[in-house]
Amino acid sequence: MATRRIIPCLDVSHGRVVKGVKFQGLRDAGCPVELSARYQEQGADEIVILDVSATPEGRGNQLDTVRKVREVLSIPLTVGGGIRKIEDASALLQAGADKVSMNTAAVFDPALLSAIAERFGRQCTVLAIDAAAKIGMEGWEVVVRSGTQRVGRDAIEWGKEGEERGAGEILLTSFDRDGTRSGYDLSQLRAFSQAVKLPIIASGGAHSPEHLLEALDAGADAVLAASIFHDGDWTVDALKVFLLSRGVEVRPPHTTQARLSTTTKNTDSSTHTTEGSQA
Amino acid sequence: MSDTLPVVHTGTANLASVFAALRRAGVTPQDTLDAVVIEHAPRLVLPGVGAFGAAMQNLHEADLIEPLRRRLRAGRATFAICLGMQILCASSEETPGIEGLGLFDLPVTRFRNTPRIPQFGWAPVEVSPTTQGILCDGYAYFAHSYRLIEQPQGWRCAISEYGGPFVAALEKDGIVACQFHPELSGEWGHELICRWLEHTHND
Repeated sequence: MATRRIIPCLDVSHGRVVKGVKFQGLRDAGCPVELSARYQEQGADEIVILDVSATPEGRGNQLDTVRKVREVLSIPLTVGGGIRKIEDASALLQAGADKVSMNTAAVFDPALLSAIAERFGRQCTVLAIDAAAKIGMEGWEVVVRSGTQRVGRDAIEWGKEGEERGAGEILLTSFDRDGTRSGYDLSQLRAFSQAVKLPIIASGGAHSPEHLLEALDAGADAVLAASIFHDGDWTVDALKVFLLSRGVEVRPPHTTQARLSTTTKNTDSSTHTTEGSQA
Repeated sequence: MSDTLPVVHTGTANLASVFAALRRAGVTPQDTLDAVVIEHAPRLVLPGVGAFGAAMQNLHEADLIEPLRRRLRAGRATFAICLGMQILCASSEETPGIEGLGLFDLPVTRFRNTPRIPQFGWAPVEVSPTTQGILCDGYAYFAHSYRLIEQPQGWRCAISEYGGPFVAALEKDGIVACQFHPELSGEWGHELICRWLEHTHND
């Protein structure tokens, strides 16, 4: 069974990482290539690059960024932002993305999602849903254009439609939690993971290792986070050591494998949860 | 000056990640639909994403099915990836009625009794017999809904589990077939590609 994934996310505008990267040791903290390589070394399971440029001109560097990141990256790369037509997806995949993520354009043109899934396969097609709590009602609704517009669509129904249309994964961002550092929206994650069969990537609100653990317990297959890594307080491998210690199956980074095999030898094996005993 | 390595242009496949991984391994990938190259090149990569039927249709339209079958029967060094491995089998539930290349006279079937389909992500693989070879134990990146369950006779086999055991990879002489994506399996995948290149060098 696939292990749970830890996915650092880079927000990129005009070819540069926005949202401050504070950890030490990078020559250029705004360089998406250097930062991707660093997270890969730390044991990241995938990288997501979201182009948050407000204008098409800002995205001019997107393909160039993807090409350069691909040369150094031997783990999966998902790219989103500004995909409006099948040619946009095709160009990103040819440049080196393994998956493309669609959000606003899919909401207004659901056939685009079907077309991309049909042409490139389900494994390439990620549906990003920004979901906000409904006002005065239970449940969540879809918001688009960076949260500025509510479209009156039930988020779970949209997730189910996306599944039928051929999406391979759902990148679920809690609009209410994003940027709050107060943890993922767990009730939203539980509801989604019961309603759809697709793997769900939880996004929005992560600020501590416990937040990641809670989201995985709530049914997320993967957790996406930005600031927890960019701030430099936690590396991906340190987070994985934490998750392994709580019995979550993750791909151990090289350093972790060494550490775990040493500790397992020296201590009572019943106190340790390793990949093998969980499988 | 590095060696050129032909990669079958399967049409549906996104080749950028495979190409980048091969470059990191020190060779120069070149996509091709040339039947002579595909049958006779000392080494060949057969990638593939997308649907079984579409991939076989593309090979059919390019008149590559028989050259590939002859190549595989002759045991020439070939590295098949993901759907590339599935089309080495006899058939797939994904596209009933379409014949595969038939190197393995076994069917590919859809996952059953699994919490999520497709399987996306990293999973442990274990090789048996544990004798030295190109494949080794580790964590591999998978993205698939269909898989081979039965192990073909006479092949070294890597097993993974999702709703029960399935074949993660196969190896015999210079032929390696992986259900996972070595090009996306980090350092472990990189080393696997390098071992295949070393093993098949000057074959």
